[in-house]
Amino acid sequence: MTLRNRELLNLIVVGMLTALGFASVYIARQSVVSTASLSYAAFFFGLYLVAHLVARYAVPYADPYLLPLAALLTAIGITEIYRINPDDAFRQGVWIIIAVAVFAGTLLALRRDYRRLESYKYIFGLTAIGLLVLPALPGLGTTVNGARLWIHFGSLQFQPGELAKLCLIVFLAGYLREKREVLAQGRLKDFGPLLVIWGGAMLVLVETNDLGSGLLYYGIFLAMLYVATGRLLYTTIGLALFLGGSYFVYTQIAHVHDRVTIWLHPWTDHKVYCALNGQMALRQDCASFQLVKSLYSIAAGGFGGTGLGKETVSTSGGHPLIPSLNTDFIYSALAQGLGLIGISAVVLVFMVFVLRGMRTALLADDGFSKLLAAGLTFGFALQTFIIVGGVLRIIPLTGITFPFVSYGGSSVVANFVLLAGLLLVSNRANAPRGA
Amino acid sequence: MNRQITKLAVASLILLAALIVGTTYWQTWASAGLAEKQDNAIQRVAQFRIKRGVIRAADGTLLATNVRRRVGGQTLYFRRYPTGRLFAQLVGYSTQVRSRAGLEQSQNAYLTSSNANLGTLLNKTIDKLKGVTITGNDLILSVRPGLQRIAMAQLAGKCGAAVVMNPKTGKVYALASQPTYDPNLVERHFNKIQAIRGPCQPAAPLLNRATNGLFTPGSTFKVVTATAALNSHRFTPDSTFEDPGYCTEYGKKVSNAASPDGPAEAFGTVTFAEGLQHSINSVFCNIGKSIGAGMILNYMKRFGFYKDPALETPNDEKAPSGLYNNGRLFFPSHPSTQVDPGRMAFGQERLAVTPLQMAMVASTVANGGVAMQPSVLNRVVDGKGKTIVRVEPKKLGRVMSPTTAHEINSMMVSAVQSGTGTAAQIPGIQVAGKTGTAETGNSGINTTWFITFAPADNPKVAVAVTLENQHGFGGTTAAPIAKVLLQAVLNQGSKKR
Repeated sequence: MTLRNRELLNLIVVGMLTALGFASVYIARQSVVSTASLSYAAFFFGLYLVAHLVARYAVPYADPYLLPLAALLTAIGITEIYRINPDDAFRQGVWIIIAVAVFAGTLLALRRDYRRLESYKYIFGLTAIGLLVLPALPGLGTTVNGARLWIHFGSLQFQPGELAKLCLIVFLAGYLREKREVLAQGRLKDFGPLLVIWGGAMLVLVETNDLGSGLLYYGIFLAMLYVATGRLLYTTIGLALFLGGSYFVYTQIAHVHDRVTIWLHPWTDHKVYCALNGQMALRQDCASFQLVKSLYSIAAGGFGGTGLGKETVSTSGGHPLIPSLNTDFIYSALAQGLGLIGISAVVLVFMVFVLRGMRTALLADDGFSKLLAAGLTFGFALQTFIIVGGVLRIIPLTGITFPFVSYGGSSVVANFVLLAGLLLVSNRANAPRGA
Repeated sequence: MNRQITKLAVASLILLAALIVGTTYWQTWASAGLAEKQDNAIQRVAQFRIKRGVIRAADGTLLATNVRRRVGGQTLYFRRYPTGRLFAQLVGYSTQVRSRAGLEQSQNAYLTSSNANLGTLLNKTIDKLKGVTITGNDLILSVRPGLQRIAMAQLAGKCGAAVVMNPKTGKVYALASQPTYDPNLVERHFNKIQAIRGPCQPAAPLLNRATNGLFTPGSTFKVVTATAALNSHRFTPDSTFEDPGYCTEYGKKVSNAASPDGPAEAFGTVTFAEGLQHSINSVFCNIGKSIGAGMILNYMKRFGFYKDPALETPNDEKAPSGLYNNGRLFFPSHPSTQVDPGRMAFGQERLAVTPLQMAMVASTVANGGVAMQPSVLNRVVDGKGKTIVRVEPKKLGRVMSPTTAHEINSMMVSAVQSGTGTAAQIPGIQVAGKTGTAETGNSGINTTWFITFAPADNPKVAVAVTLENQHGFGGTTAAPIAKVLLQAVLNQGSKKR
């Protein structure tokens, strides 16, 4: 069977799973949702068929699992979003159409040789910085939950950090490919760029007030530096610098300090000062309200879950019980619906995606491609860890998105570009020699 | 670079595997703990899909039942309380907006059949797989609605509490607390409950005064002091005391309390027994100084003070009795220097006790010196009518020898026959009792008490009555109410025969 036929077969399986998911929500909420929900599955299957056809034309030798896995994750996400709020699901559906279009455009534009991106690496680097600075501009940036990660044009909101992440990875892949031998020798002056990027990460952290984005960009940088140089020492020093810097930021910036306090002590027995309303309240009723409610949701899932569509997310009067459920906390909603068995399977899907991505990096035969694929894949894994780890109280909670699953346009578009990147690298690595 | 990529792949997988570990922690290990959190609205709302078990009184009267309603395509079961205000604080409520209280809270596991009973678990899992509504287990209580109605009527218009229990089994027959509220109003009209006022500040209708109200015990505490003095063989009922009308403590005179018959008086030479019969403070003050606060504290603990009583209500709705310092239970490390033994002996100092605890004191004397665990739950019955739990009487422990119990029993009989508690006399039945009139710090305003049991030779019922903000005395305000409650139980018992 050819790679693309295998991909098609996988997509058919995903299509059936999507239909099952929507049917489950439909049955559970018959009186609330309409039969139109069933057409969603068919619609998405059609959409992915288009993506598949583009892939068949542009990247015939690419990995046959990446697209179906991404499709599955998007389907899981939109099913849950649909269950929480059908209107949001419609908007997310529109964003997925745009994302697939961008995906197709990327594949078609770069199908001959994506490696020419390497020559524009500094443009990518500057773009990344520009995108990161955008939310700080007055009149353009929006503060959501104390973190400045968003920009808005009229009613349209957009998180430029998502695209900045991709630009950064392309820049690092090009830059590190060029400098890796020099860097590996470890002369003191070569630590310059490392320090500059460390400073940049700190700046992002201070400017956006968000520990998660800083950790994400800097983590990608350290990982790619390690892959390029093979020197674990750099990563260790870099990590130590980051932790030191974060500690400083923690002591200096109240918002970051609060996030850490919430992380360490979400429940209090006695009332503490509540900054939201200026009164005394238990912390679980105030600052850590979101985190605690989301943990209750996860715990409510138990081993087998309540079943998709049967999650308790609001009172019988319709009052929501968990805030930001379809964005930051969609993992908690899924964990309640699917239970430990189901949500572990979802995390396994992420793991398989990461394995396929890393395999692509291993098979690629030039430094740029290897670094690009490894960087994209690690960025995907780290982002998943940072958001879900925050929800699970493994690390402090931050406001970045859950790749492919959570509600949000910029995120889904960026992740489809990431997918396109991996497919391009994979296509080249698997292509017969001389083709 | 492949070596590094492999390692990076492993690192990525470890990061993601940590997520599965984290999720496992919350969904298995921590799940039960989170489900019990008071602010866990998800758990609360989700449980409205369960056809909650009903709560019944001993005679089968429904105290809590369900109303089925379709909301958003789901069948939900909302609570209704047919007896309204009657058992408000004991039964409590189960609502979506204001959580749960009372037995609805503490017995939630049984009522929603999420108790870790293998049979229940199996039934529940089968129901869940079949998509059938989960049915909770029913509670059958030991309370008697008729008696409770009398108790609530006796307390109406006052702030106070009454506990009626079987001294031999610890089963509670009535647990009344006024002011009360209608639990049917909690979900939608909570403001009406907040607007309730009473002859005390705050009226606190939600407070279960019988188990969670802390009051100065006054002279009822003399029963505890007497137990310590007699059971330790430091005194006998015939020990004599010289009462000059006061007791000297730390160089200051502490006068005897006034009585309904007039101001404080000096009794002259009296026996221990007469000291209890007439509730003479100077006698007990001297006993306290003689045996010491440490000894009294030891006996308090034997009676169950310093611990939450075993009653099935939620822990945060019952208080341990004992010495309190700045609102917190006070465990003196050096009682001889930290506690005033004379004042403690006649029930002042920093003592704060619940009516339930004082009912337990009376019951223990009535039961020949053995304290029983108080209990309000008789049986738990599953959806098919099968009894899955039967709550048998449990001993708390022996507090005093049968001889001491008999001696105190007789003294309490004298107190009712010709002492401070004559208002509790019932023709043809020997009643034992002890009055209490505790100073509140506001001159002329007392917390009044009566603890009693009857018939003295074969006690069938023990009662404690407490009233707040009284101008009168225990013997004139609380004793008549206790008498009505004794009669209600004893008459019903004789009618059956």
